Amino acid sequence: MTADSHALTTEHSLVAGLAHDQRGGISNPVLGMLLFITSEVMFFAGLFGAYFTVRASTRPWPPADNPHFNLHEDPWKAAILTVILVTSSFTCQLGIWAIRRDDRRGLVRGIAVTLVLGIAFLLGQAYDYSQLGFGLTDGTFGTTFFTLTGFHGAHVLGGTIMLSVILYRALAGQFTARHHDAVEATSLYWHFVDVVWVALFSTLYIL
Amino acid sequence: MATTALHPAVPAYRSGLYEWITTTDHKKIGILYVVNSLLFFFLAGLLALGVRAELAQPKIQFFAPDVYNQLFTMHGTVMIFLFIIPILAGFANYVVPLQIGAPDMAFPRINALSFWMLPLGGILMFTGFFTGGAAAEGWTGYSPLAQRAYSGTGTDLWAVGLILIGTSSILGAVNFLTTIFKMRAPGLTMFRLPILVWTVLVTSVLVLMATPVFTSALIMLFIDRNYGGHFFDPATGGNAILWQNVFWFYSHPAVYVMVLPAMGMVSEILPVFSRKPLFGYKAFVFATAGIGALGFSVWAHHMFTTGSVFLPFFSLMTFLIAVPTGVKMFNWVATLFRGQLIFSTPMLFALGFLTMFLIGGINGAFSAAVPVDFALHDTYWVVAHLHYVLFGGSVFGMFAGLYYWFPKMTGRLLDETLGKIHFVLMFVGFNLTFFPMHMLGLMGMPRRVADYSAAAGWSELNLLATIGGFTIATSMLPFLWNVMISLRNGEPAGDDPWEANTLEWATSSPPPPYNFDHLPEIRSERPLFDLRHGRAGNHA
Repeated sequence: MTADSHALTTEHSLVAGLAHDQRGGISNPVLGMLLFITSEVMFFAGLFGAYFTVRASTRPWPPADNPHFNLHEDPWKAAILTVILVTSSFTCQLGIWAIRRDDRRGLVRGIAVTLVLGIAFLLGQAYDYSQLGFGLTDGTFGTTFFTLTGFHGAHVLGGTIMLSVILYRALAGQFTARHHDAVEATSLYWHFVDVVWVALFSTLYIL
Repeated sequence: MATTALHPAVPAYRSGLYEWITTTDHKKIGILYVVNSLLFFFLAGLLALGVRAELAQPKIQFFAPDVYNQLFTMHGTVMIFLFIIPILAGFANYVVPLQIGAPDMAFPRINALSFWMLPLGGILMFTGFFTGGAAAEGWTGYSPLAQRAYSGTGTDLWAVGLILIGTSSILGAVNFLTTIFKMRAPGLTMFRLPILVWTVLVTSVLVLMATPVFTSALIMLFIDRNYGGHFFDPATGGNAILWQNVFWFYSHPAVYVMVLPAMGMVSEILPVFSRKPLFGYKAFVFATAGIGALGFSVWAHHMFTTGSVFLPFFSLMTFLIAVPTGVKMFNWVATLFRGQLIFSTPMLFALGFLTMFLIGGINGAFSAAVPVDFALHDTYWVVAHLHYVLFGGSVFGMFAGLYYWFPKMTGRLLDETLGKIHFVLMFVGFNLTFFPMHMLGLMGMPRRVADYSAAAGWSELNLLATIGGFTIATSMLPFLWNVMISLRNGEPAGDDPWEANTLEWATSSPPPPYNFDHLPEIRSERPLFDLRHGRAGNHA
C-alpha cells in the first residue's frame, strides 16, 4: 500500500493499534471492489431484463422493418472486438501475476498492453457504431442495442481511465508484491467489464 | 524574505464550517446525514400538509389538480429517498463503527462522497418546482405518465436526483459491508454482533443488489424522455409493465431497507429499557436474513391488477415474508415479558413502533390475498397500510433511535417531559391521520385525487385525517424546542446514561476522533453488560 492509498482507507492509519482490520484474507479495497462489482452486475441485469422483455414480446426478432437489424448475418466486426477484449483480460492477469512476484517491469508491460487493447476496443466499437445503419431511436431494437452496448462502452472507458492511473503509478514504482491492492481491484473491474461484453456479444450477435 | 530553508508547519486552523464540509469522520458524517434528512423530512411534511389541507373538504380549495399532483409526488419521493432511507443510513453511519469497536468506516472518503450526493440530489429534485413544475406522476413514476408527452423537466430532474441518491446508497452499502466484515474488534464474532449491525448488514445487501436495477430503470426512462428511446412507451413499441417490474424490483426491497434498520434500533432499545437481553438473538438474525432473501421475490404484488403477473407465486411469497416478521414480533414481546420496563422516551417510541408496525403488517396481509387486493388496489387502504409501515414503523423507530443516541452524539440528554409530549402528540396525530384512511379505502376512495364528491360520504373522515396531519406537525414543535434547549442546557449525559449493552457506550459522549483508547473484552453480544456484571449475568 502506497502513500496515496493510505488516506483512502483506515486500514494502515496511525490508529491501526485499534484497527483490527488486519484480519488476514481479502483486503478492504479488494472486498470493496468486489461488492461494487456486485452492484454493477445488478445494473446490467436490469438492462438485460429490459432487453429480454422487449425481445420476448416482439415477433419476429430482430424486427423485419430494418435489414440492418440482422446482426447475426455479420457478427465478425464484433467478434474481433470480443477477441481484443478477452485478450486484454489475459494481459491484465499477466500484469497481476508479475507484480505478485514483485516483477514491476512485467506489471508495466501487462497494464500497458491491456490499456492499448482497451482503447483499441473503444475505437473499434465507435467504428462499428458508424457502420450499423441504425440508431438509438430506431424502434425498441435500436434503443436496447445502443443502451446495452453504450453503457458497456462507458464502463470500458471507465476501466481504461483506471488502467491509466494504475500504469502511471506502476511507472512511478508505487507497487510491490505486498502492496498492490489498487492493481488487484482494477483488474477485477476489468475482468468484469470483459465478462459483460462476452454476455452482450453472445446475446446480441449470436443468440 | 525567508531565512530558513524549511518553513515551520503552520498549525492547521479550520473553521467549524470548513471542518464539517470536509470531514471524513463517520460520526460527523452520521450527524450530517441525520440533520440533512430531518430538513427534508420537514419539507416533505409541509408538502403533506398541503395535500391534507386540500383534502379536508370536497372541491378544490387551495391547489389546482396539477399542483396537487406535484405535492403528493414530491411528498412520497422526498420522504422515502431523502428522509427515511438516509436518516437510517445516518444512524448506521454513526453507530455501526462504534458498536463494532472500529476507528471509522472502511472507506472514509467514499463515506463523505455518499453523504454529499444526497443534498445535491435533493436540491436537483426541488428545482423542478421552478422549471415549470416538479415531477407529478406519483413517486412510482409510471409510464406513460412519466413520458415526455405528459410531464416536463421536473421529471428529468426527479430521475437524475434519484440516480444520485441511489449511487449514494450503493456506495454506502459497499462501505457498510466492508466495515462490518473487516473491521470488527477482536472477539466480536458474527454471532456477537449487535442486532443493529446485523440489520444494517442485511439492509446493505438489499441496497447493493436492488438499487442498481432502479438506477438502470431511471436511465432507461431518461433515454426514453430525452434521446428518443422506446423502452416504456407503448405508443412507440415499448412496454409500460416493464417499468413497473424494474421499478418494484427495487422499490419493494426498499421497504425493507426502510424498516430493517428501524427494527435493529428498536431491538437495541427494548432490551436496554426492559433490563433483559433480547429474546432469541439467533432467531432474530435468521429472521432478518429471511426477510432479506424473501424480499427479492415479492415485488410483483404491487402489480396484481396489471394482469401480467403470476398471481399465486407472488401471493404466496408475500404471505411467507410475514413469517420472519412475525418471529421478530415474538422476539420483541418476549423481551418485554417480565422485564423491568422503564418508560423513557426512547422506550415509548420503540413501543409505538411495535404496536403501529404490527397494524401495518396486518393490514398489509389483506392486500397479499389477490382477490382482496383487486378491491383495495389504488384506494386509500393502501395509503393507510404504507403509512402504518413507514411512519408507524420506520419513523417511530427513527425517533426512538434519535432519543436514544442523542446523548451519545451530543453529550447531553434530551428533556424527558418534552419528549413525552412529543410522543403523545405524534402517536395520537398519527392514528388520527391514517386510521380513517382504512375506512376511506374500504368505502372506495381512490388515492391521488385532489377532489371528491360531497355526496360520497368521505368528508368527515377526511377532515379527521387532516386534523391528525396538523397534530403530527404540531408534535414537531416540542421536539425541535427540546433539541434546541438540550443542545445548550441539557443535562450532561456521561458515557452511558441508559446502562446499555453495546460498545458505543464504552467511550465518551461524544466519542473522540477514532472512537476508542481501549476496548473491553468481548465475550457476548453485550460486552458492556459483561463489564458491569462479570460473566454471572451472561445468559449464553
